[in-house]
Amino acid sequence: MEPVTKTETLDIEGMTCASCASFVEKSLSRTPGVQRAMVNFATEKATVDYVPTQASPATLKEAVINAGYGVVERAPDTSAAERSAEIDRQKAVAYQKLKRRFGVAVGLALIIMPLSMLMLWPAIMQRINMQWLNYALLLLTLPVLLYCGREFYVSAWNGFKHRAANMDTLIAVGTGAAFLYSLAATVVPGFFTSRGLMPEVYYDTTATIIALILLGKVLELRAKTQTSAAMRSLIGLQAKTARVVRPDGAEVDVPIEQVQLGDLVVVRPGEKVATDGLITEGSSALDEAMLTGESLPVQKQVGDPVFGATLNKTGSFRFRVTKVGADTMLSQIVKLVEDAQGSRAPIQRLADKVSAIFVPTVVVIAILTFVLWFDLAPAGTRLPLALVNFVAVLIIACPCALGLATPTAIMVSTGKGAEHGVLIRNAEALEKAYQVNTVLLDKTGTITKGEPSVTDFWTLPGQEAGQLLQVVAAVERQSEHPLAEAVVRHAEAQGGANLPATGFRAVEGKGAAATVNGQVVLIGNRRLLADEGVSLSPTLITQAEQLLGQAKTVLYIAVAGQAVGLIGVADTVRATSAAAIKKLQALGIEVVMMTGDNAETAAQVAGQVGITRYFAEVLPADKAGKVKELQAEGRTVAMVGDGINDAPALAQADIGLAIGSGTDVAMEAAGITLMRSDLGGVVTAIELSRQTIRTIKQNLFFAFVYNTLGIPVAAGLLYPFFGILLSPMLAAGAMALSSVSVLTNSLRLRSFNNH
Amino acid sequence: MDTPAIMVTVIGLALAGFVLWYFFFSARQTANAVSSSSGVQEVAITVKGGYSPDVIEVERGKPVQLSFYRDEENSCSEELLMPDFSIRRDLPAFKTTLVELLPKEAGTFTFTCGMGMLRGSLVVK
Repeated sequence: MEPVTKTETLDIEGMTCASCASFVEKSLSRTPGVQRAMVNFATEKATVDYVPTQASPATLKEAVINAGYGVVERAPDTSAAERSAEIDRQKAVAYQKLKRRFGVAVGLALIIMPLSMLMLWPAIMQRINMQWLNYALLLLTLPVLLYCGREFYVSAWNGFKHRAANMDTLIAVGTGAAFLYSLAATVVPGFFTSRGLMPEVYYDTTATIIALILLGKVLELRAKTQTSAAMRSLIGLQAKTARVVRPDGAEVDVPIEQVQLGDLVVVRPGEKVATDGLITEGSSALDEAMLTGESLPVQKQVGDPVFGATLNKTGSFRFRVTKVGADTMLSQIVKLVEDAQGSRAPIQRLADKVSAIFVPTVVVIAILTFVLWFDLAPAGTRLPLALVNFVAVLIIACPCALGLATPTAIMVSTGKGAEHGVLIRNAEALEKAYQVNTVLLDKTGTITKGEPSVTDFWTLPGQEAGQLLQVVAAVERQSEHPLAEAVVRHAEAQGGANLPATGFRAVEGKGAAATVNGQVVLIGNRRLLADEGVSLSPTLITQAEQLLGQAKTVLYIAVAGQAVGLIGVADTVRATSAAAIKKLQALGIEVVMMTGDNAETAAQVAGQVGITRYFAEVLPADKAGKVKELQAEGRTVAMVGDGINDAPALAQADIGLAIGSGTDVAMEAAGITLMRSDLGGVVTAIELSRQTIRTIKQNLFFAFVYNTLGIPVAAGLLYPFFGILLSPMLAAGAMALSSVSVLTNSLRLRSFNNH
Repeated sequence: MDTPAIMVTVIGLALAGFVLWYFFFSARQTANAVSSSSGVQEVAITVKGGYSPDVIEVERGKPVQLSFYRDEENSCSEELLMPDFSIRRDLPAFKTTLVELLPKEAGTFTFTCGMGMLRGSLVVK
């Protein structure tokens, strides 16, 4: 058996030039047990593949030190859980502070508002000194401004210094202008009265706007923390400890960070699996729903992989640790989702462009509003009217809703996807999946289980079946093809000799050939035999057609140029395939199948699952071509596949969906990875993407409509026609609600459930 | 138009012009990355109402390490987004957050706050 290798990454210190790197590399390469060592000078990291029975991280470190360099002991990686806990703690503190500021602002605004309205009752006003009342309001407003709203002014100033303008700029300029005007009216009322103006104050406007904006921020922060809830719960799944078996047989609970590669870990019923590994003893049913979305427990036995964070249901078992820390499946999923959340959907581009120029543009509009009102309004009211509309324009034009529209929806839906075992690589993939109208399914491993098994072994009369089977198995043992594996499994189950084969050659898409017992043995499809000039007898052909009629794959056997037998191999359709395909069709998507099998087999399987269009006998190299063919018909194609040979097609498709049990190469090439090995994930992915994009469109629509309609109304465009002016306080209320409504809309995605 | 109206108009237009020039057309602060002994291009960025420096020039194909020090508590800057590199990071206040990336292609890549208001760009040459 090939020795299993492990990969270790070392942080090297002390390298000053590229030749140092090659020196370290040489030293590592010469260490016994090391199969490959690569040192990257730029990143100061060495990646070493080694055989764990012959080398260990300690011997690798020794090799580096012997070469004259050092290995930086990586501080136990602050785990994702710890990092997110620290950030959560900071956010909780910020939230408390914000709530306190909001509380103070509301309390004071509730006093300021009625006091400002006293002027509505002339009887009361006559008994009150206007001057004193204004001073009282000023004193009450100051804490709102300096404590509750301080952040806006500081942020606006910092932004101004950096030539950056954000929503705080608008709030600061708006409330600042209202306050300064009121301050002047309070301190030098004579200046106003001498010019025929009432020394009006707008302390209530200032205080109420700040209180409302803070309300919006409180609600926004609360909603925002919910957008990443799915991610946090995913990170929180990680086990804290592992029960490690020491060499002396003692079982010790150790913190998860101390678990090493190669450790033996015990898992009892009801416990979480601590990290990834392979079962060495015992068996059990495991609940893997947290990683794959699969609701049924999965039976596992010796040799099967187990994954950290999954739940052991029934039996007790031991496993050998193969991955720790950032390499585990859970960490990979978390990383993938985090990456997706950092990406930006193409649909956001317009919003991005608008955001970039938004605030300065609004400030300019506000200034022009002021100028126009001042120039056009009646002399007695022009200053207050110009000021009120100036403030209203600034306050209503909150770009938050625009900025939050896409990212919040992406955050919620990628997290939700992970919960269902659908990993979305980036926002663009999500957007592409929405447009899909054709799903191209690779048959083997996608519609079917992908584990073919031999159902028929038929030989021409005069052939010794048992012996021929061993001859065939000798050839197939050299091959990595799944059909070959089925033949080998079948032969091994029958027992018998393990014959040697020489001169093995695989013929892509056709079969394989090798020499056994001095005779050339061919095994493969009909094309292989035809290409090699082997003719088929009529009985063989009849027998083959019978098997093909049963949707079985037929392997033809030729020994020494003579066709001598057939093997019927069948791959069973997954129980869930037909239902999933029906659902896709119900979504208005055409489902097309593609297979390397012959037309009969293809037709059989297609019929079983309700597919009407299929491509048969597609060579691996032509798979991408079939995708192109469909694209040429003007379709937006989603390709679903699992194997290495699907990678080009996955990449060619508008969106590739890799089935999780597949290879890393396929997953690399795919925009979406389905952790569960069934087509239900395709339905989930497409439905999730449709809902997400719908949500984003609604969000963007609201945000754009709100701003494009809100600004002219605030500027007073309706005044000449209907006498409508927007009070700055109303504008503040609307603004606080705008971002909250976008967030709430995005959070609706949390209720996504396709089952 | 009376004198105050003329004054308001002139000042207003001048102010509007200033805002447009200041935010859109004035010169930006550009910084070149400093290559460390190990070949990593390092840049320190302060986050305070914006990014300083906000235009960062780096070379293609060499790893880049951006250290963002967030010198404020304001919530606007709490998130950092570099969509071209699929990076979304929380920037804790008064702490340095390291962001590592490898620019493979030349071009200008924007980085922004979570809402896209604060902006900077990474110019890969």
